[in-house]
Amino acid sequence: MFSITVFSVLLVVLIGLGLYLKSVPIFDQNSFWQLISSSEWRPGSGQFGFLPFIAGTIAITLIAIVLALPIALLSALFLTEFSKSYLKKWVFTALDILAGIPSVVYGVWGTLFIVPWISEKLAPNFVEYSTGYTVLAGGIVLGVMILPLLISLFVEIFSAVPREFRDAALSLGATKWQTSKFVILRKTFPGILAAVILAVSRAFGETIAVLMVCGNLPMVPHSLFDSCYPLPALIANNYGEMLSVPLYESALMLAAFLLFIVVFIFNASSRAVIYRIERKFK
Amino acid sequence: MRLKFIEEKIAKGLMVVASLAVFAFVVNIIYTIFRRGFPALNWEMISQIPAGGYYNGGGGGILNAIIGSLYIVLGSTFLGLLISIPVVFYLNVYLKKDSKLAYVARLAFDVLFGIPSIVYGAFAFTIMIYLGMHTSLGGGILVITLLVIPIFIRSMDEVAQQLPKDLLDSTYALGATKLETIKVVLRQIAPGIATATLLSVGRAIGDAAGVMFTAGFTDSIPTSLGQPAATLPLSVFFQLSSPNADVQDRAYSAALILIFIVLVISILGRLITNHFSKHKI
Repeated sequence: MFSITVFSVLLVVLIGLGLYLKSVPIFDQNSFWQLISSSEWRPGSGQFGFLPFIAGTIAITLIAIVLALPIALLSALFLTEFSKSYLKKWVFTALDILAGIPSVVYGVWGTLFIVPWISEKLAPNFVEYSTGYTVLAGGIVLGVMILPLLISLFVEIFSAVPREFRDAALSLGATKWQTSKFVILRKTFPGILAAVILAVSRAFGETIAVLMVCGNLPMVPHSLFDSCYPLPALIANNYGEMLSVPLYESALMLAAFLLFIVVFIFNASSRAVIYRIERKFK
Repeated sequence: MRLKFIEEKIAKGLMVVASLAVFAFVVNIIYTIFRRGFPALNWEMISQIPAGGYYNGGGGGILNAIIGSLYIVLGSTFLGLLISIPVVFYLNVYLKKDSKLAYVARLAFDVLFGIPSIVYGAFAFTIMIYLGMHTSLGGGILVITLLVIPIFIRSMDEVAQQLPKDLLDSTYALGATKLETIKVVLRQIAPGIATATLLSVGRAIGDAAGVMFTAGFTDSIPTSLGQPAATLPLSVFFQLSSPNADVQDRAYSAALILIFIVLVISILGRLITNHFSKHKI
């Protein structure tokens, strides 16, 4: 039992190491800085610029967080501070379903609903023409996907605040909203931050849904209505041909390694913060 | 004085709107898929494997993907349980509450939980190349097992941490060894195991990025671990990339089937969880 435990812990190290070793060959010809700052992507002639993909990933993640955060904060406060328990049951059921829907289904929903909506209704107000397969579409789909994660984390964190804190505020004449604003939100701020970081790292790695709605053109997006090409989509779209082009495999593994490192750092740090908060209130 | 009550009203209104938005998304997603997927749904789709020229509008169905997904889910759930139950038992019975190893292990599983499935897929793919393996059902099962182990461990561990210390003490007092207490512990964490299984089955059946690298895709039903296997999410994805409108309609029906399976699992899971909770102290 000890060895199974230790081995599964070592899995983290193993994955990181494996991906790193696989991506080393590409550093023989390009410096790290060159790779992440160039936007030339021509695997055939050995040019691997990751900038468009990194920019695409960051752009859709930012949009997703900006859209999901207010909804998640408000509904988590509603669930913990305001709502009756029968209402809670309904919302949690909805969240369970939302969390259980496979990402490919989100992708289908995106192509059926969000993409046409953007290209027919929204985009004509701002730009001349847009296919709908855009940064914005990716951001919206991703935002809905991270909602259940964000809300469940927020609910967990808000419920960790002891009853007495609320009672103290309420007995001083504060309304429930003032209590939420000045006591709950302020007390749990580090936790909220940690939860957001966790959601960001989830959003970074989302593949299929994003691949289906983003358009996948390797360019740095300049507006919400441009196409983009996030890192995971790059890996998923090209793994089939990567063995036939020199250094291609190594470039894709570098993409996977970048994802791994970002997710690792984000996860480890935010989990550590959440542990500390839960311990503090215990 | 009045202002804070007005603010309260506004804030509460916004909260209700936000919570309703969650409902709206669920309803909209299911309705959108149902509206496009239901008309194209027929018995042929779920009872036959793709016939020749299926992806150009030929006859047949997606039985290969349904069976493939089923194999992968069953295999990985079984392996995942086999690995994670001893780990949870070890973390909670053998290690002390303030053990450094337990802390690091929990952190590691949280990190593993957050690692995207495409990274697992890429990692498993490099190992399979190294070992000279081809894309196969076995590879798919392995990568999904890696994916579900952290889910199993985290959700079982959450329940196991609530185990009353007195309960363990009374088993020891009756002369049980640490290993023998597993009978009591298992019964106590049974609801946790049920929820964990439910969560991981949901994730296993819906995962596309991991199996894309490792299980491959095929039109036939695999008969051994060494053959490639089709999966439902990939089947949806590939049919949707077809330019043929009929084939795209089938992708929507396949997505509907996938949603249906996931919903059934989650309802069944709820019933099972309630059933298993009866031994809980």
